[in-house]
Amino acid sequence: MDALATTALRLGDDALILGQRLGEWCGRAPALEVDLSLANMALDQIGQATHFLALAGAIEAQGRDADALAFHRDVMDFTNCLLVEQPNGDFAQTIARQFLYAHYQHLLFERMATARDARFAAIAAKAVKETAYHATLASDWVIRLGDGTEESRARMRAGLDWMWRFVDEMFVMDETDDDAINAGAGVDKAALRAEWDARIDAILAQATLQRPPSRRPVLGGRQGRHSEHLGHLLSDMQFLQRAYPGATW
Amino acid sequence: MVTPGRELNSATREAHAIRAALADVPDPEIPAVSVLDLGIVRDIGADRVIITTTYTGCPATFAIERSIRQALDAHGFAHVAIETALSPPWSTDWITDSGREKLRAYGIAPPPKGADAASLKNGAPAECPRCGSSDTEELSRFGSTPCKALWRCKACAEPFDRFKCH
Repeated sequence: MDALATTALRLGDDALILGQRLGEWCGRAPALEVDLSLANMALDQIGQATHFLALAGAIEAQGRDADALAFHRDVMDFTNCLLVEQPNGDFAQTIARQFLYAHYQHLLFERMATARDARFAAIAAKAVKETAYHATLASDWVIRLGDGTEESRARMRAGLDWMWRFVDEMFVMDETDDDAINAGAGVDKAALRAEWDARIDAILAQATLQRPPSRRPVLGGRQGRHSEHLGHLLSDMQFLQRAYPGATW
Repeated sequence: MVTPGRELNSATREAHAIRAALADVPDPEIPAVSVLDLGIVRDIGADRVIITTTYTGCPATFAIERSIRQALDAHGFAHVAIETALSPPWSTDWITDSGREKLRAYGIAPPPKGADAASLKNGAPAECPRCGSSDTEELSRFGSTPCKALWRCKACAEPFDRFKCH
């Protein structure tokens, strides 16, 4: 795959896997409003995934559409970052994941919306408004749980502690990213870090929470080295197309 | 001088006829408004209709395209193609004034226009579509569909949907 196809695939995989994770909450969230919020964010992510995977398939030109890329690949072919595949855990852990990723995704799409490659720019310009909602919602919950009861505070802190080790991977740049920038579609993700840190720190301060201590970052998602959790997720998400290839209704 | 409506060429007349055919195609989630009211139909030519999606994950996207296809076919425009364009991105400012009134009458507070729509927080409170009071509060930023948030009127105590600023 060339750099642009891989770039679209990574964006699509992040959105698809996060969307699937959020969708797992449907009907199980602690309150109706939260259930709706999580399901709506899942829909947004899956919508974005559809666009990016369709674009990846079009650039690749091997006859694979968005569905083929979503349902007919195995774990090692997925290029999502490790953060988005982390299990939902309790509500605070899900919010921690959403908080950390949504602010990254929002900054990323803000920059990508002005990319020279109109295909990437169009999807990003559309999605950036949705990610603004996600970032705001997650931030509100981080504040509410962090500055809440002893129980909610402990859970919010534990959620952030677990997710924090997957933060650095979001901002890692490799050759594919450099090539994509030269081709007019990429974003310098490393350059987003300072602004991301500032936004996260501002919310954590309001939540009266400390930033978790730095840990050795866990990397490898972009190269297909995933946690065992992704396989379980795929076995659920891909079941129908694996059992009944090409099924439609 | 060209008199509007008199010197229309055939392509323009055809576009007008297509627009008329689409005027009654309802949004599948909010049937009180049409696809034209919502600004989903971006451009109409003699041989194609360009539509846009409201939210990337809107599950109604396919239903909307199918409804438009059926309306075109039923009015003798089977040869007219439907194309989807993402850019420029749809925003709630594309909802027409009459569409906003229809939303209000249906019980959904229409989104504020322009700059207000850019601000998620600290925006002006929604006006209750039932009693008109501005003494309202947001209950949930995400509502029954991707395009709506859940609000409550503190004056008449009724909950209501607000079309999300987008």
